[in-house]
Amino acid sequence: MILAESTETLHDSDNRRTVDRRIWFLVGLMLFALLGVLARFAQLQILEHGTYAARAENNRVRLRAIAPNRGLILDRKGRVLAENRPAYRLVMVPERVSDIEAVLETVDDLVGLTAPEREQFRLMRLRNRPFQPVTIKGNLDEEQVAILALDRHRLEGLDIEPYLIRHYPYGEALAHVLGYVARLDKSDLNRLDADNYRATTHTGKTGIERYYEEQLHGTSGVERVETNAQGRMVRVLERTPPVPGTDLQLTLDLDLQLAAIEALGEHPGAVVALDIETGGVRALVSKPGYDPNLFVNGISHTAYRALLESPQRPLFNRFLAGGYEPGSTVKPFIALAGLDSGRITPETRVFSSGSFRLPGHSREYKDWREGGHGWVDLQSALEQSVNVFFYDLAHNLGIDRISRELALFGFGQTTGIDLPGEFNGVLPSRSWKRRTLDQAWFPGETVITGIGQGFIVVTPLQLAHAAATLAGRGRAAPPRLVDLEPPAVLVEHRSEHWDTVFKGMHAVVNGARGTARAIAAGIPVEIGGKTGTSQVFGRPDEEFEIEPEELPWFLRNHALFIAFAPYENPTIAVAVVAEHGGGGSSVAAPVAADILTHAMRNQP
Amino acid sequence: MNLNWLIREFRHQPFRLDPLLCGLLLLLMVLGLGVLYSASDADLGTVWRQAVRLGLGVVLMIVASQITPAWYRRWAPWLYAVGLALLVMVLVFGVGRGASRWLDLGVIRFQPSEMMKIGVPLMLAAWLHKKPLPPGLFDFVVCALLIAVPTLLIASQPDLGTSLLVAAGGGMLLFLSGVRWRWIAAGAAAAVAGAPLLWNMLHNYQRNRVLTFIDPESDPLGQGWNIIQSKIAVGTGGLTGRGWLDSTQSRLEFLPEPHTDFILSVIAEEFGFVGVAALFVLYAAIVLRAIFLASQARDPFGRMLGASLMFLFFVYLLVNAGMVSGLMPVVGVPLPLVSYGGTSAATLLAGFGIIMSFYSRRKMLKS
Repeated sequence: MILAESTETLHDSDNRRTVDRRIWFLVGLMLFALLGVLARFAQLQILEHGTYAARAENNRVRLRAIAPNRGLILDRKGRVLAENRPAYRLVMVPERVSDIEAVLETVDDLVGLTAPEREQFRLMRLRNRPFQPVTIKGNLDEEQVAILALDRHRLEGLDIEPYLIRHYPYGEALAHVLGYVARLDKSDLNRLDADNYRATTHTGKTGIERYYEEQLHGTSGVERVETNAQGRMVRVLERTPPVPGTDLQLTLDLDLQLAAIEALGEHPGAVVALDIETGGVRALVSKPGYDPNLFVNGISHTAYRALLESPQRPLFNRFLAGGYEPGSTVKPFIALAGLDSGRITPETRVFSSGSFRLPGHSREYKDWREGGHGWVDLQSALEQSVNVFFYDLAHNLGIDRISRELALFGFGQTTGIDLPGEFNGVLPSRSWKRRTLDQAWFPGETVITGIGQGFIVVTPLQLAHAAATLAGRGRAAPPRLVDLEPPAVLVEHRSEHWDTVFKGMHAVVNGARGTARAIAAGIPVEIGGKTGTSQVFGRPDEEFEIEPEELPWFLRNHALFIAFAPYENPTIAVAVVAEHGGGGSSVAAPVAADILTHAMRNQP
Repeated sequence: MNLNWLIREFRHQPFRLDPLLCGLLLLLMVLGLGVLYSASDADLGTVWRQAVRLGLGVVLMIVASQITPAWYRRWAPWLYAVGLALLVMVLVFGVGRGASRWLDLGVIRFQPSEMMKIGVPLMLAAWLHKKPLPPGLFDFVVCALLIAVPTLLIASQPDLGTSLLVAAGGGMLLFLSGVRWRWIAAGAAAAVAGAPLLWNMLHNYQRNRVLTFIDPESDPLGQGWNIIQSKIAVGTGGLTGRGWLDSTQSRLEFLPEPHTDFILSVIAEEFGFVGVAALFVLYAAIVLRAIFLASQARDPFGRMLGASLMFLFFVYLLVNAGMVSGLMPVVGVPLPLVSYGGTSAATLLAGFGIIMSFYSRRKMLKS
């Protein structure tokens, strides 16, 4: 037993030595390895610290642009015409989504995605960096928000966020004035300052929204935000707040605007009411309109086609781009040119036999009344709109003189209104005809220019501006909705010439034979005006002996009326165009009467 | 019930723990809980649960330290056999996400592979006990098989990390037994030759881990994410760190699993190189003290077993630190006693208990 013990001990001590050697070997090896790992930490933490610190900063700090709130648009009494409504949109952080197409399909299944929405998403994705949220679908209704919230687990990297959406509470009534905002597209991006629009989704496309885009948009802000690995914002490190867009107050009076629309009734057409002193636009109607709210979120293809293909052309801005023959509304201006030239005086009398013939020509230019009006002076020629008087006068004046006079009143030029897309109309002259048609001017063309027919084309806005210039005795400011410009003397005539023409226009409404005498009774103040008819179909010659009522509606003449009120010391001028309304006296004049009545009863 | 044997085992034993080792371990665990508070985004619940687990581990350590070396030696084959049986059961009835590693015993969920980290070295030490060292070829082959069987069982769960640790634990004991260098070289050559075979046995996610380790930037949002973000966290810590609770990589969730496998990244970011170095010193102190205790054991059984358990503890640290700093693939080895999780802490603490048992036994005989 003792022997056994001792051998075992001997055995053990050998074994112990073997094991101990190995233990110390391993201890050395391990400490060496530990020093190696420590060296690695020194490399990362000391030598390469700068690189990794920068990467950590890159990881967590994002610059985020903040879109400014768009300025409101108000009418002259402060009523909101364009506002920002809270809404919800679905956004995606592309770098957090592995299969973007699959996620879009899921969204399509849940709430539906239109082609424009997909296209918009594609465009905005290209424009933004992958960690920036991109809108997939805007203006979600409550049900859609609920559906998306329920299926959140299937929609990684997607988020529902609140935002403000542009809304036009009066819709159609102001569509052609305000225009609308819609999602930014490629051409907008080329036009606008990309930095300032980094967070902006919508921009003004037409109307005031487009013209005053810069003021309405404001300046975008920027945030340095700390985000976590999912791209969610954790906190704001630094913030430069956006500068909201300026609120715009229009000179437009909502009440008058609505009254004008109502007055126009069923007729497509245009109404322009201008403040004579300032040039401020009080009402500006193009009918029919359209609902601008449809465009804010991208109009559907079918809805857009319906608008485009509607025979009444609701998308067409009539007051701004609609070209009409002014017809007899041009007569007061021709009359001024005649008085100024000395070719006529207030006493000059012309015999209206029912038609006019140029010396040596066989072609007959007709009076609107069969058999003519007999002997008429200037005042009754305006009152009854006697064509022969003005054929004769135009022939005597010559196209050069007429052209010069009409140019002073702004015919053939844009008025300078603060809206994009204004048409400058056509003011014919020898040089104009040579330039555009490469033809010589014929005397007959001068004759019909005298009654506002032929080549001459005006927009309702031009016509109203000309009427305002007339009512201001040559002093006027360009029509404006926001930034008024000071009035200037545009046309100079001797005071009695203005008086003469005014009297004629007074007689149009108040004279016993005035073409618009029917409206006098309904207006609380005395006004001056002039009726007009714009040819849609053919020329006033023998070939077409058709009563207007027998023509299909789209071939009927346009009815025009210009007016100012009150007669003494006028403050407001209007131009009315009622398309296919027939005669100016029967259709357009009553519309103007309603508008002027409203304006006079509700002085601003 | 006859408990005489139990009384016999403990009769002459004073209740004895090594105060220095216990103090160092306690320091490590307390600091670890502090870091865990930060890494779990200031979640006291997580810290409390981990504290309870560590407490249970400490109880296990105390119990283990009171058992005599002779008892361990006698029961080693049974422990090993039960471990193997459980591993087979895991393969058949196991639960777990993707890989079955757990046995659901109703009350607790149990990871038998963890038990083998002690079971394999214990079995080998018992087998080699009283044999002349260095072992002969027969014993070497037997030991190699004793290591290989549980290693392969665990690898097929699949749990690459644990199987490598089990193999490392057994291999280290074999190394300590003085196995000839020639055989070690032969074993290494066999391992290299068998690598392609092993590669084919690997699951795809395991292969990805190795591939992304080789070039993490190749897949920065997928498999490489962990390594890249961990390196960023470590690097941004600099010399002195951002300060406690200020790890942006962890708080902003760039770092994956900041409270488990990557807790060292959080330490590195918050306390910098100074913090990492201090932590390594603490670990080195624990291991050196424990190895000193093991080297005082009366017989080679205790020395081999104790030292191999300590080296295993050290391997945990090296692998985890290597993984976090991008020196090694992500293999899912926790930072010992600091990472959130109870099972590995329990095993490690039990190992310290065993070492203290040998040490206290020796002291008793001396006196």
